[in-house]
Amino acid sequence: MSWDATDFELLRLMQQDAAQPTGRLGEKLGLSQPATWRRIKRLQDAGVIAGRRLRLDAAKLGFGVTVFLGVKLATKGRVSLEDFERAVTAIPEIQSVEHVLGLYDYRLRVVARDLSDFERVLRRRIMTLPGVGDVEANVLLSEERRPGPLAS
Amino acid sequence: MLDDQSRAILRQLQADPGITVPELAERVRLTPARVTRRLDKLQEEGIIAGQEVLIDWAALGYAIHVALRITLDKTAPRAFDEFLAAARQVREVLEVQTFLGRVDARLALIAKDLPDYQRLYRDKILTLPHIADIEALMTVSTVKRGEALPL
Repeated sequence: MSWDATDFELLRLMQQDAAQPTGRLGEKLGLSQPATWRRIKRLQDAGVIAGRRLRLDAAKLGFGVTVFLGVKLATKGRVSLEDFERAVTAIPEIQSVEHVLGLYDYRLRVVARDLSDFERVLRRRIMTLPGVGDVEANVLLSEERRPGPLAS
Repeated sequence: MLDDQSRAILRQLQADPGITVPELAERVRLTPARVTRRLDKLQEEGIIAGQEVLIDWAALGYAIHVALRITLDKTAPRAFDEFLAAARQVREVLEVQTFLGRVDARLALIAKDLPDYQRLYRDKILTLPHIADIEALMTVSTVKRGEALPL
């Protein structure tokens, strides 16, 4: 599957605002509405558009702390990765889970109301996960998302 | 803070951002008019900041996804600002974060393949200012994404 500059521009526009009508996206790209719709469909069918995400203001909803955790599994082999992944995915405060290669086995993004709430999640839910070994925590201070290679 | 009805609306919308107002109204047992009013209010207050597509970069041809954990040389007075400004110029950087902890900053970097990553790392990352140490974590698989809030 090959993608051109218009596909990239369409993705960039939908990364900024995925709720806008197809007609308006088309206007910005100089395409008709059906042509825009066909491109979106092609991007969806190829799995490039993997889903949609509601952008919420976490602070306004009372979530003041985001922590990234590097987790090393203590007993590889004994506890299967599947068991760990199933258990970790089920924790609502854990927003993302990546299986990584390097210093740690997993990288988790955890959201909490404040530091004491985070401590509760860490002690009661994360440290009790099957196979958890070393854990390193870094508290998020600022975050910026970039358009990446989609930028013109 | 949120009342139960707004919380229910956000929970449904978070699980399915493409949902229509009538469907949403049915799930939270309110009239469509009341749902619309509440959605308008949540947007006005900035609680709902918008909607975005989640991109699978591997499907776009960027097979490599690496998190670079960076320690900065804090003896330079403007180390953070200068590092961040330079990191923003790297096209392949998707996320720039700063931390309180063992690492100072993290860059999410994508590349087409390993030779491409090696070239980026040498030419664009190692040349960023004020780096004292770098660790790389390569993503093998993404188990959970979307960054939903536990409402």
